[in-house]
Amino acid sequence: MTSVAPPGPMTPVFCRVLKTRQETRDTFTIELEPPGPMQAHSFAPGQFNMLYVFGVGEVPISVSGDPRRPQILVHTVREVGAVTRAMRALKRGDALGVRGPFGSSWPVEEAVGRDVVIVAGGIGLAPLRPAIYSILAHRQKYGRVVLMYGTRTPEDILFRKELERWRARLDLSVHVTVDRAMAAWRGSVGVVTTIIPRAGFDPRNALAMVCGPEAMMRFTILELQNRGVGLDQIYVSTERNMKCAIGFCGHCQLGPAFVCKDGPIFRYDTIQRFFEIREI
Amino acid sequence: METLRPILAEHPFFRDLEERHLELVIGCASNVRFNAGDFIFRQGEEANQFYLIREGMVALEMFVTGRGPVKVQTMGEGEVLGWSWLVPPYRWMFDAHATEMTRAIALDGKCLRNKSEQDHDLGYQLLKRFSTVVQENLDAARLQILNIYEVQA
Repeated sequence: MTSVAPPGPMTPVFCRVLKTRQETRDTFTIELEPPGPMQAHSFAPGQFNMLYVFGVGEVPISVSGDPRRPQILVHTVREVGAVTRAMRALKRGDALGVRGPFGSSWPVEEAVGRDVVIVAGGIGLAPLRPAIYSILAHRQKYGRVVLMYGTRTPEDILFRKELERWRARLDLSVHVTVDRAMAAWRGSVGVVTTIIPRAGFDPRNALAMVCGPEAMMRFTILELQNRGVGLDQIYVSTERNMKCAIGFCGHCQLGPAFVCKDGPIFRYDTIQRFFEIREI
Repeated sequence: METLRPILAEHPFFRDLEERHLELVIGCASNVRFNAGDFIFRQGEEANQFYLIREGMVALEMFVTGRGPVKVQTMGEGEVLGWSWLVPPYRWMFDAHATEMTRAIALDGKCLRNKSEQDHDLGYQLLKRFSTVVQENLDAARLQILNIYEVQA
């Protein structure tokens, strides 16, 4: 029996599209089947893949699936440019190039024994979903687990059915808020920072995972600080212009770090200085 | 009225208020309860109260012609509802209705305005506390306008 050498990190693996699902007006989930030798495409929560639409281009997308089911690669994508628009047009059986997984991961092991505070904004819920799956799979190892999710309108809520299922659990506290809504919406209205004071957790023994656009993360970090959460207890997922994904090209440099290799997940106190510089 | 003392004394809004001022505030306070769907106040009505929400949820809404009522904010346990009683012409800018059964302490604004005219230290304490409430709400409203969840292409 001959063995096939695994491809290098710059060589995409051909994956077939299993299905795509429209999540919201501009966001979809795509499920991929890796080829034979890559059946177990294991990843850690928070890691990303480079997805290559042939003839169009390559984009970094966080894995949004369950780490316990690596045989299906799941990514949730917002249509914001040519590559993601072309990706949305792919049909079952079409090929997509995949490189990865790359980058650092959410500190689900370090969070054991502590309260876990998860704050997501908009599409930022997608990179956090694998961490939520992982924590719920070992729920007894953690203290209180709180998920706070903010988005623009009720129509923009990602993974709505899953959020409803999670909310029904007695061991997970789920808070969803939107910026604006009509009278039929029965939930919270206000930015995600306004629900942080309502969430019950012990700030001294909490570990926070925050993901969303940078403006949202900045204000969330301020509010967590106001509640007594230390900067070394907060992890953020950063986003920069990633190209090679192996710390070679320098496109995603953030101060001394490469977001693709050293990130995208950083403990906030290690990058605070660079997070606050407007020019980078 | 005596039973409201511990509730008000422990509420974050009145934390560290001097005893003599707490006495004055208690004299203007009452316990209220709203069922789901009840309006607490309506836009344009005279604003003579504010509320410390103890339990439940309240939605602030504005009626927009052609769209109906639009929710602009919801508030829950521990939050302070209403500051129009502080500023002339003392009219509510929004509708407020309970989206679920809500218990609150209602503070009579007219009563507090009169007491503050007599005791400016009380007035200062109230204004200082409301400045924080106004600032937090203003910050939150600005973030809502910004659409902080938007990803730029």
